[in-house]
Order: sequence, then structure tokens, then C-alpha cells
Amino acid sequence: MKKNTAKKILTEPKMNYDLNLLQDMYKKMLLIRRFEEKAGQLYGMGQIGGFCHLYIGQEAVVVGIQSAQIDGDSIVTSYRDHGHMLACDMDPKGVMAELTGRRDGYSKGKGGSMHMFSREKGFFGGHGIVAAQVPIGAGLAFSHKYNGNKNVSITYFGDGAANQGQVYESYNIASLWKLPVVFVIENNKYGMGTSVNRSSAGENLSDRGKAYGIVSEIVDGMDILAVREAAIRAIDYCRAGKGPYILEMKTYRYRGHSMSDPAKYRTRDEVDKIRKTSDPIENIKSLLNKMGVEEKILKDIDTDIKSIIAEAAKFAQDSAEPSENELFTDITIN
Amino acid sequence: MTIEILMPALSPTMEEGTLSKWLVNEGDSISSGDLIAEIETDKATMEVEAVDDGKIGQLLVAEGTEGVKVNTPIALLVDTNELPHTSIKNIAEKPYLEKEEIQIKPINEKSISIEANSSLITVREALRNAMAEEMRTDKNVFVMGEEVAEYQGAYKVTQGLLDEFGDKRVYDTPITEHGFAGIGIGAAFGNLKPIVEFMTFNFAMQAMDQIINSAAKTLYMSGGQMGCPIVFRGPNGAASRVAAQHSQCYASWYSHCPGLKVVSPWSSKDAKGLLKSAIRDPDPVIFLENEVMYGQSFSCPNDDDFTLPIGKANIEKDGNDVTIIAFSIMVGKSLEAAEILKDKNINAEVINLRTLRPLDTDTIIESVKKTNRVVTCEEGFPFSGIGAEISALITEKAFDWLDAPVTRVTGKDVPMPYAANLEKLALPQVDDIVSACAQVCYED
Repeated sequence: MKKNTAKKILTEPKMNYDLNLLQDMYKKMLLIRRFEEKAGQLYGMGQIGGFCHLYIGQEAVVVGIQSAQIDGDSIVTSYRDHGHMLACDMDPKGVMAELTGRRDGYSKGKGGSMHMFSREKGFFGGHGIVAAQVPIGAGLAFSHKYNGNKNVSITYFGDGAANQGQVYESYNIASLWKLPVVFVIENNKYGMGTSVNRSSAGENLSDRGKAYGIVSEIVDGMDILAVREAAIRAIDYCRAGKGPYILEMKTYRYRGHSMSDPAKYRTRDEVDKIRKTSDPIENIKSLLNKMGVEEKILKDIDTDIKSIIAEAAKFAQDSAEPSENELFTDITIN
Repeated sequence: MTIEILMPALSPTMEEGTLSKWLVNEGDSISSGDLIAEIETDKATMEVEAVDDGKIGQLLVAEGTEGVKVNTPIALLVDTNELPHTSIKNIAEKPYLEKEEIQIKPINEKSISIEANSSLITVREALRNAMAEEMRTDKNVFVMGEEVAEYQGAYKVTQGLLDEFGDKRVYDTPITEHGFAGIGIGAAFGNLKPIVEFMTFNFAMQAMDQIINSAAKTLYMSGGQMGCPIVFRGPNGAASRVAAQHSQCYASWYSHCPGLKVVSPWSSKDAKGLLKSAIRDPDPVIFLENEVMYGQSFSCPNDDDFTLPIGKANIEKDGNDVTIIAFSIMVGKSLEAAEILKDKNINAEVINLRTLRPLDTDTIIESVKKTNRVVTCEEGFPFSGIGAEISALITEKAFDWLDAPVTRVTGKDVPMPYAANLEKLALPQVDDIVSACAQVCYED
């Protein structure tokens, strides 16, 4: 299953892809890319505070997996969560307004970049503590199984989180109880500034599922079709009641760990090379070209997205700060 | 030579047990390691092995006898090598202890009056009833934890739940507190109502991040979207002779954090009424029980719908001279102290807090206004403890009503020692409460 991460164009689709689906995936990836670029800009302008972790470079992972989900599936991830929210169709305006700490943000301005949620869209956060979302994702899977529905939990975490003990506590219970959870390891090669090689013993992070009897795959996370196909296999497996599944996505983040990371732990060349050879958006764009999609259509998508992002940024800056009364609300329900 | 076989202590807090079955008869030859009896404690039924070789001379306690105190001789073992010809029937002078002769009395109360529509039940039974009743009425309620299902509960609190509700409602977990606490929280985000048992709250330290960062804070961080209706329950505080890592009160730790409710029952009535409320509550509730209290009996309402409100204290005894504020096991000790204080002509009021967060400040302040003197009691450490919080509260809200400094009776500021004498010194005793009350009444 191991695939070469450095390739220029996508594998020829193994499945019959509907052109609309491919265009939608392209659109969503571009939305995430442009959203993150704008967030970076607003951060530089002082409009966004605190920690802000951008998803640029990793777009194919979340969009590919999302394309294999059905309504009612739950998603939970770490603090690098903007892409996941946009992939779940959460409103870019609400996400951006949360980044700027305004009352129209998804958490009324009380959560910020790392802590956003939408029950309606099945997005359960946005968690700031490395790996804390992993048992929570297993717990969401537990609720699906308990309720006897066919939904699954998609639980994302990074290569850094993959060394936390609670990941293995979750693997163990998920496997024992056959919980419908897809553990998606977004291996972007660096946990903050420490490369996987320096932090993680053993060959592949995905191998660690073997000890718990969990099926795993390594997937080229820069290739959205490979991601989608693996996601379909994993999700089908979970929906069939066979237990958890691990997908290790080999991906890459172009930006630093957060906005304040100078990224001295890797060379500019390394980043440029991946950008040039395996950018997930360029990959699907060339596929669309190859399939005969007119340049004008792609241009129009681009223009649409630019205006969505401009509108979201304006909304996020125009929205008022939360009312001071909000300080003492939402601490407990009663 | 005749050896007395004594009733063994099978757990740190065991004081007595039931000799449920003899596995040998008088006259049987046994070797060291043979099973000789089954003994039921309030935690489990255990088989007892012989520790010497010989012949069973006499069984001193009949099968089925309850309330056999630890260290009571239960049988005589004859050394067959030394006394090969002695008639075993003649050896024992001690009377055969008949089942009926054993006096069974509740440990905690000299006389307990049973209220109307109530029964005398243990705190353990009250907790179990609360869970079972709520599980019958709400299919989203389930129980998970170490040994809660097949083992029937490390402290038997979940006894019978697996039989009644099956393995889709009662889950044995591996010994991985951080992981299963997080799974419980995820399930609660998924609209279920988990009851997560920690074998003791000492082990919940492993799960602290999930409890605080995920359960307590997510509602706020989500702008009110992500409720977490979960109960974390289990024994808290000192048990007996288990030393520092297994004897700590976590009341002040959890009470410190916004987003949590912290409840700590004393009696069976508290246990049932508050646990039912905790299970029904939409917020995460930390439910701090006490191992020593599990076997104590109290009058408890039979009604399946009986609940006690979270956030409301109870005045267990009215008084005018001094207010003793306590929770959990310290309520019983405070009531004992109040009895002793009567002889000193001090009429103490005893407040059972029941809930530590949100604290029932009204009841506390009203009582201060009546008695003008306060003694707080807790097993936990003094520094940044519940007593410290109450003292600050009274200073802020009722300073002018005080006739004496608020005085704290607490566990000592040391890790719990193992040695029996040191452990006793480390824990707050009835006498400490009596002296503190006398002191604030200027009667010492």
C-alpha cells in the first residue's frame, strides 16, 4: 500500500469519477487554500490573535475523506482545524469571525481558531490539547454504535499526537469494542519543529495499529483520489461493523506549525520542492485539464472563491465583539 | 498443638464479613493452600486458604453467619503430628458460635429512625439503586469503568447492573483512565449519558486533562453548543492504610474549575438523591463518594423519583452557638462532635454541604448570621482547600457577623502515611472538631 509521495500528477482514477465531483473537490480545496491565505494575512494585520495553525498543503486529506462521508458521520480533529470545518460545509463567515474573536463566530468569539464546533454539520471540534480528540472521536464512534446507526466517526490527528499515550488507549478500546472509527493520521512530517524521524520510533506510524489488530493503510495524502479511495475502503469497513481502521496520510504543511513558527527546522528547498512536485491542488487541476475542463470554468471557480473569502473577511472584521454579558454565559447549562 | 484459624481481613477497610460457606468438615485433614471457606465482604466473596497443615478440630462459626469480626477465631486446626491420639472433639473449649447469636448493628448510628416510605439501606445500595433506576427510565444512560460489569464492581457499587441491563449498557474498560474518560466524554458529546466509574478518584489523576480540558471547558469554548452530560463517580478521600497515593481528597481540585459540578454525598439518602440528579444533569458532574461510607446504613426514600437538588446544602442538625460545615464522611464526624459539644453546653449547627460547586452560599451565610462562629471540616489538605474557600466567602459576605475567626479542621498538610498511628494523626478526628468548636466559642 505504500505509495511514493513525490509524483507530479494523480494516479489515473480507478473509479469512474463524475466530473462534477472532481470539480467540487477542487473547489473545496481551493476554498481552504484561499481561506488560510486570508487568515494568515489577517493574522499579520493583528486581526486574529493567539495561535493560528494553517492547513495549507494538506487540503487533499480532509476534502478527499469528506467526499466519502454521509450525513450524520461525526468529525473531530486537532487545533489545525479550519480546513476540516470548511470541508464540512461550515460557513466561512462564521469560521473567520471566530478567528477574529467576534460575536458571529461559531463559538461566539469564546473559542478562537482552535475551538470551533458545529453539531449541525457533525463537526465536534477543534481541540487544543494534542491527541485529546482521539478518545473523544472513539467516544463519538461509541455513540454511533450504541444508537445502532450506520454512522462512523472520522478522527483526525497529526504525527506529533501519534506519540501520545491516549491514542493507544483509544486504539485498544476501539478495537476491543469494534467501534466504527477511522483514525486519520495526518503525517505532515513535523510535530511543531521535530521531524517524525526524530520523534517516532519504528518505520511507519500506521504500523502501530497492528498491535491492536487494527487494519491500516499508508496513503499519498497529496493525491486526492488516492485519499478518497482509501477513505471509501476505510469507511465501508467501519460501517460494516468490523471495527476501527487507520489511514496514515503522508502529507505536508507549507507553512510553519503556527503563525509564530519561523520553520528553521527544514530548508526552503524542501518546501519548494514539494510545492512544485506534489501540490494537491495543482494535481487535481491538471487532472481536470486533462479531462477537458475548460480553463474558463476553473477561472470562474477561482473568482467565486475569491469573493467568498473577501466576503468572509469583511464579515469577520465588521462583526461586533461579543457582548460583555457573554463572559458569564455557557459555563454550565443549568 | 492447636492453632486458631482467625477471620481474615480481606480488604483495607474490612471490619467484619459473612462466613458464607465452609469448604471443609470437622475431622478433615488439610494442607497449607487448601481452600477451607468462602467469606463474603462488602466488596467481594473470597475463598480462604489454609496456611498450616493439620486436621480441622472444630468449626467455631456456622455457615451463613454475618457480621463476623476480623480476627475472631473461626475454626481450630489440630497439628496431627504432635497430637496424633487426641480426640479432636475435646480440644475446643470455646462455644460454637451460632448464626443467631451474632448481633448485627449498623456501624454509623446508635439508633436510626426510618422515615416514612423509606428503608434502611447502605450507601452502596443507594448508589446502585440510583443508577439502576435512571438506567430503567433513560436508555441513553450507561455505565463504564474498571471491573464494573463482570466483577460486579471493585467495591460492589455496580453489583447486578450487568445482569439487569446487559453488556450494551454496562462496560468493563481496560485500566486506562485517560482513554476511557475521553471516550465517555466523546459519547456524551454524542448525546449519550455516561456514568464513568473511577475505581478510586486517585486514578482519575490520569484522566485529569480530559475531565478539565474536554468535559469542563468545551461548552464555553463552543459558545454553548457542546453540552457534556456525564457523571464521573467513585470513592474519594482516605480509605484505610493504603498510604499517600491511594488516600487523597480531590474536592478542592475539581471545585476549582468552572464548568464542573462537584457533588459529595454523606448518607444513603444523599447518595441516591444526588446521584440521580447528577445523572439527569446536562453538565459534567464529579461525584465524590467515600469508601468508608459504602457499608454504612441510613434511612433512604424508596421512591424511584426521589432526587435532591444539586447546589443545595442540608442542615443536618440545628444549633445556635457554632456552625460546623462539612461534607461526605466528615458530616458523620461532625454530628458526633455536636453530640459531645452538648455536654459543654455548646449547641452546634451541622451543615452537610452535599454540593461543593456550585456552593450553597445562602445556607452558609444564613447560618453564620445565626451562630456567628464557623468551623469547617474536610479530609483534604488545608492549603487552598474547601475550608479556605468557605473562609474567604464568609470574610467577603458576612465579616461583620463573625465573633471568632473561621477555623479549619482538615487533613494534615502531609502525604498520607501508612502506619496506623500516623494515619490517624493525619486525618481529622471528632476530637479535633470538638476542640475547634470549643475554641471559637472561647470555651477551651
